[in-house]
Amino acid sequence: MDSAVAADVAPVIRVRGLVNRFGSQTVHDGLDLDVLPHEIFGIVGGSGTGKTVLLRSILGLRVPQAGSVEINGKDLRNLTQPERSRLVQSYGVTFQNGALISSLSVAQNIQLPLREYHPASEEILDELAELNLAMVGLAAEDGAKFPSQLSGGMIKRAALARALSLEPTLLFLDEPTAGLDPISAAAFDELLLYLHSQLRLTVVMITHDLDTLFRTCSRVGVIVDGRMITDSLDGLLENQNPWIREYFHGPRARAAAHAGESNGQGPNGQGPNGQGPNG
Amino acid sequence: MARGDEHSRTIESPLALQGAGEDWRLNLAGDWSLAGMAQIEVQLRTLPAALRGTLVCDWSEAKTPGIGTAWALLLKLSGLGAKVSHTGNPPHFLQLLLKLTADRHAAQAAPTTDHSIEASVGHLGRWAVLQGTHARGVLDFFGRMVTVLGQAFARPRALRVSSLARHIYETGITAIPIVSLIAFLISVIVAYLGAQQLSRFGADIFVVDLVTIAVLREMGVLLTAIIVAGRSGSAFAAEIGVMQLNEETDALRAMGMNPIELLVVPRVLALVIAMPCLTVIADAMGLAGGGLLSLLNLHIPLPQFTFRLRESISSTTFWAGLIKAPVFALLIAMVGTYRGMQVRDSARELGRLTTVAVVQSIFLVILADALFAVLFVQIQF
Repeated sequence: MDSAVAADVAPVIRVRGLVNRFGSQTVHDGLDLDVLPHEIFGIVGGSGTGKTVLLRSILGLRVPQAGSVEINGKDLRNLTQPERSRLVQSYGVTFQNGALISSLSVAQNIQLPLREYHPASEEILDELAELNLAMVGLAAEDGAKFPSQLSGGMIKRAALARALSLEPTLLFLDEPTAGLDPISAAAFDELLLYLHSQLRLTVVMITHDLDTLFRTCSRVGVIVDGRMITDSLDGLLENQNPWIREYFHGPRARAAAHAGESNGQGPNGQGPNGQGPNG
Repeated sequence: MARGDEHSRTIESPLALQGAGEDWRLNLAGDWSLAGMAQIEVQLRTLPAALRGTLVCDWSEAKTPGIGTAWALLLKLSGLGAKVSHTGNPPHFLQLLLKLTADRHAAQAAPTTDHSIEASVGHLGRWAVLQGTHARGVLDFFGRMVTVLGQAFARPRALRVSSLARHIYETGITAIPIVSLIAFLISVIVAYLGAQQLSRFGADIFVVDLVTIAVLREMGVLLTAIIVAGRSGSAFAAEIGVMQLNEETDALRAMGMNPIELLVVPRVLALVIAMPCLTVIADAMGLAGGGLLSLLNLHIPLPQFTFRLRESISSTTFWAGLIKAPVFALLIAMVGTYRGMQVRDSARELGRLTTVAVVQSIFLVILADALFAVLFVQIQF
């Protein structure tokens, strides 16, 4: 897509100087991050580097010790209640373990945000649930099932359907392919690319899955030493930082990169985006 | 159509149908985002059930069209029968939605609930069978517990002492303040009310008898049991319930360990040990409360109080109360842990079964108390 015009495009998410500390342990030490419109941005880092903490800081689920987070130009610290409400409706989130409400059926889970913000008749709500189920590749009958009756892949899809129900422009995914078999994971990647182009989404994805990274992400931010190094995948493959080298040149990375090349790099269908590295 | 013409004159109506015979036009206008859904739905219902010929859907005046609203429109249009085309810069996702409507199967009819007499009898029958299965489940649970206890003689390690200690602390020691306070206060209330009545006959001193017998035989142990049922019964059910939801109990079984041995027996034993101790404390605090009230309200000095107390106690008074404590403890702990082990699937089940655990254990305690009362009268204990 057309995200690759350099600095004149205002970022959807702008994080500056983020500091997150747990007691004496500093997880983020002045982290900067820019997410541009319509890109699929991957967040990568070792265990304990604070990927989920970063996501929670951006979502406002955690107040950082220092630093600013702006979404669509609005600083999270200065939001009025109506502004916060509008903001929350403009993005969708999936959590690592699905986080579907266990006492509601899949369709009711999808309808939950709709009932909250756009109440309509049961008929319309059922039609909208059907729409979201169809968009993520679930059958209409799956809507009546409860989360405890779903397989892992179906839970991820149901969570995505719920995240999309308010028609957001921004999507946050926390380890969307974790625990999925390779076929389901590949199918999820294709679904994500399809929805990304059809719905013109901006996607921020935390993932360990190298195959997903190479298949879907246009830019990747690596959390190293409490800060973020952002670059295209090609740029990161050249990067000399020891951790990044090990991550992207270990045996698994080589296989994933090879598969990514033979499929045609990434969702944009074209080569690297020409964004320089930040940080 | 006249109705269509009326609509086209309305300002900012989300949709306006024009035309006649074989040529129709649907003009969309106004807010077509999700926020406008309520109004759009109302207008969609006013469309006729079927149209012949062709329908051109004009999107040029529709502001910020959203996927959900477009979907609702397409579903309605696909049922009209006319051949639909879209103009006026339709939204980019329309292709996706058209593909989804083409793939769509007709919705299945919702299963109707049968209200006949046959169905009600069947329902009752199923419920009765379920109760039978539950009763067997309880017996099974009790049996497993006893088996583990039996095995502990040959294999003392089966008694998880550190776990037992933790539970004695949590169910017993941390309960001391609340049990003491409630026993003290209730005893004060009983003494106060009793004193009102007894002083009419000049029989003030018998308040001591009243307090002693009430507290030691009944109230000490019963109040303790009810408090413990609320505190520990729910805690047992909730802890074990969450472990069920997190698959922790499955993990234990997969490692060859018996959840009954690790989770249930320590809790049951701990409560059976802790409750008699708590009962003694409740008895003591109850007597203290009665004594304080007698002193302050009836001006019965402490030596006289203790003298009268010793007179009114028989050999069985204290033990009649205390003997009930381990029985109540067994009931509370078994109900709590059993309900915890039943939790499956969802947070709602956890909430429900925790509630059931508390309510049922209190019920069983009071039932047992009634049975004990009858028994003691019969054997003159």
